[in-house]
Amino acid sequence: MARTLDALRDTRREWMINRSRLVVAVLAIIVVLGVLVYRYYSLQIVQHDDFMTQSDRNRIRVEVIPPTRGQIVDRKGRLLAANKPTFVIGVVRERSEDPAALVDTLTERLSLSDRELKAFQERSERRRPFEAVPIKLGLDDAALATVAVDLHQLPGVVVDAKLTRDYPFGEALSHVLGYVGRVSAEDLFELDAERYRSTLHTGKVGLEKRYEPLLHGKPGYQYVETNAHGRVLRVLEKQAPVPGKNLRLYLDLDLQREAVAALGDQRGAVVALDPLTGGVLAMVSNPSYDPNLFVEGISYSDYAKLRGSLDTPLLNRAVQGQYPPGSTIKPLISLGALARDFITPDTEIRDPGWYRLPGDDRRYRDWTLRVRGTGHAETVDLRMAIAESCDTYYYDLAHRMGIDAMAEVLQPFGLGQRTGIDIPGEQDGILPNTDWKRAALGEPWYPGETISAGIGQGYMLTTPLQLAQAAMVLANKGESFVPSVVHRVDDLTVGGVQRPSIPMDEADWQAVVVGMVDVVHSPRGTAAGIARGIGYQIAGKTGTTQVVNIAQDAIYDEDAISERNRNHGLFIAFAPVENPRIVVAVIAENGGGSRAASPVAQRIMDAWLSEASDV
Amino acid sequence: MSEYTRFLEGSDRDFANAQTLAERLRLDVLLLLPMLAIMTTGLFVLFSASDGDWDTVNRQIRNFLIGLAVLMVVAQIRLDTLQRWAPTLYLGALFLLLLVPFFGVGVKGAQRWLSLGFIRFQPSEIMKIAMPLMVAAWVVRYALPPRPTTTVAALMIIALPAAAIATQPDLGTAILVGASGAFVVFMAGVSWWQIFSGALAALACIWPAWLFLLRDYQKQRIVTLFDPEADRLGAGWNIIQSKTAIGSGGWSGKGYLQGTQSHLDFLPESQTDFIIAVLAEEWGLRGVLLLLLLYGLVVARGLWISLTAQTSYGRLLASAITLTFGVYVVVNMGMVAGILPVVGVPLPFVSFGGTSIVTLLLGFGILSAISAEKRVLS
Repeated sequence: MARTLDALRDTRREWMINRSRLVVAVLAIIVVLGVLVYRYYSLQIVQHDDFMTQSDRNRIRVEVIPPTRGQIVDRKGRLLAANKPTFVIGVVRERSEDPAALVDTLTERLSLSDRELKAFQERSERRRPFEAVPIKLGLDDAALATVAVDLHQLPGVVVDAKLTRDYPFGEALSHVLGYVGRVSAEDLFELDAERYRSTLHTGKVGLEKRYEPLLHGKPGYQYVETNAHGRVLRVLEKQAPVPGKNLRLYLDLDLQREAVAALGDQRGAVVALDPLTGGVLAMVSNPSYDPNLFVEGISYSDYAKLRGSLDTPLLNRAVQGQYPPGSTIKPLISLGALARDFITPDTEIRDPGWYRLPGDDRRYRDWTLRVRGTGHAETVDLRMAIAESCDTYYYDLAHRMGIDAMAEVLQPFGLGQRTGIDIPGEQDGILPNTDWKRAALGEPWYPGETISAGIGQGYMLTTPLQLAQAAMVLANKGESFVPSVVHRVDDLTVGGVQRPSIPMDEADWQAVVVGMVDVVHSPRGTAAGIARGIGYQIAGKTGTTQVVNIAQDAIYDEDAISERNRNHGLFIAFAPVENPRIVVAVIAENGGGSRAASPVAQRIMDAWLSEASDV
Repeated sequence: MSEYTRFLEGSDRDFANAQTLAERLRLDVLLLLPMLAIMTTGLFVLFSASDGDWDTVNRQIRNFLIGLAVLMVVAQIRLDTLQRWAPTLYLGALFLLLLVPFFGVGVKGAQRWLSLGFIRFQPSEIMKIAMPLMVAAWVVRYALPPRPTTTVAALMIIALPAAAIATQPDLGTAILVGASGAFVVFMAGVSWWQIFSGALAALACIWPAWLFLLRDYQKQRIVTLFDPEADRLGAGWNIIQSKTAIGSGGWSGKGYLQGTQSHLDFLPESQTDFIIAVLAEEWGLRGVLLLLLLYGLVVARGLWISLTAQTSYGRLLASAITLTFGVYVVVNMGMVAGILPVVGVPLPFVSFGGTSIVTLLLGFGILSAISAEKRVLS
């Protein structure tokens, strides 16, 4: 058929058609080829740098290597906050076919709580692709072996060894060390998120929080090459992390435990300072809590128990508890009065057992009136006033000084202001004067309030640490140091910062110290009971403060009021008197009186001085 | 050579029989040499793309050998025999194609395969060859240029199988099959006003095609072409990764076997449709241009065969096969570089895959035959 038609064809014309169409085709090819070449040129030459970056970003991932947290040791190098290996089970979503089912499986196998699941979801939202998100934390060897032995075989599950924080002495040191907890979303507002990208814990309370920037260290980085599935193929470049710095404390573990034992079940606080450095030798706040509960996240019920307790175990009474100082400030007022010539050591007052402001009916009773129905003696001088804690003496003195002068002389001792100790959350206390009252309460100062202030009652509030600091000033006769728990950060000494000294005549110091020695060593001293059988001299001062106001002339009956309305007992002391090596402040909440506090101080001083003499 | 031997004494004695081996085997050396160069290049690229998997490379070599055998057999067939059998081949392929929706086996949601139990094949691949054979046979029945009625009938011949393939769905093959037929019509000398009105009609079909013909994933691919960032990890992933691979190659490339995009599995389909990105990443623009040069040589030779072919049938067939080959290259390299939508078109002789290689080499066998008959007849 084709052949018959061929006869009719104009073959030359058909050849010409083909040739012209081929020319068009070649032109079209050249244009298309030009577009194609231009496209590859544009991608490979013009945009090369962008795509090179993109390609590197694809394959190179920066992994943050968390630094090892610095450890905390006591003055003798014993570990108080240590790093302990634990196992973390994590989930890499991309490696699992069905992440939701995997999470369900893990929930069942590890019996995860709702809290753990919620934390996991929270962490999942911040994760990067192919990043393992922890779902179960803090498994120790045994738990890993029993519960999670074959989990790593599930695709998407990663078992990782990590370091976690351990506080071997638990409750004994929780108020000093504080604790670390998991880095939370809120923490990242304060912290440098980049530095904490793979850090699990951050200090939440106490030294752990205060020294967080030093303890944390600097994270290392490694650039790793990964494939599209996120598997790390090789390490391209590595920068090792810089471990956190270690803290060496002034604190002595043995003394701390002695202080815990001495307080026993007594609610209250103990602060023991080294008068030569201001270093905290022991600091106890009772009741306490186990800081280890917080490290991997405390359960809601445990936390509610701690929060809801009437005994406020989470409160660090030593720096946050604010108490009327009571008679413990009498030596301080005395010094101020001596310096300003309101009294001399020989000044005597008549003591009927009460004091009455001129032109006022109200009687301000001495504590002896309740006990003995009379005063301390016919006449009382400074030494006896301190030794026996004569209220009448100080009612009179306070009235003569006036509240503003009294506040002025107490201020250099550091009452009513933060000491600057390296524990966060310290409270100010209150050192009242007329200006303060007008500002705080909008009321004028009443003369009767000056009388109460003379024996450390009324508006005045101090922390146990402030009292210890004041005792340190007494012990050093004017010299003192900012209280500090940490002695050294690695090799750098941070403690022993001097406070402004209080210049005063040696005779004035001596006059007060003599009275304080009598507090313990005179048979009529208010803490005479603790002097028995000790081979050194203690200078101390007791305090008893009312928790409720006792109505005028009512008979104080200790048993009739509930335990929580009982008086607080306080005691400040230093020893040995000639060469003080320890300063102690004790508060026994609702202890009934200072006799609940002074034996605690004595026991601590005994422990410290006997050990010191052994060395 | 022959020009030289002509002047040698006594050389004219055996001149009639002085055929080279290639000529005796009806093989076109100038077509096959750049083709073999592309195949060799392809094997190197495939070795890298498969992460040094000799098994893949060996299977590809086997594909090449089968294809070359087919080429050599086809090259022996006389052109008029092909012309005579074209309608039968076309109708047979069309029949099989229409069977696919009823008896076909599917892969990834597309029914493209017919299974005879021991062997599976795609009727659409047969159509790739049958189409130009048939359309050319149809238009050369009358004198060229074809009359409008002939053209319209030719377009029907083209449209029916192309539509059947597009609905499988296999847009890439439909384009290639349609193009191979359309090139015949174009080369036959259809007047320009017919071409333009046809083009306008095609443009007018875009909207209904978008509404009724294209499936969601095909639309997605076209949308992705214009905005790959819209769905970075989904539909846009392939194109972003291939552009990154190409772009990061630069002028001289990252070095053979050093491509991070492909070796770290960022590049999808790196052994098949996206293999040019592997070459571009590791060999740079240099390598891309070299490969384009080799393809250019093949196309140039194919068009030369068309130009010098003895019959109109041979001319039409040669140019259609050659231009379709060019479409393969352009569509593949264009889609990987992100200027054309992603349709399943392999890069000839470089992408891994048996069927397309055999079909392509079958076409080259026909080209070889056309080339051989030119010489015999002259």
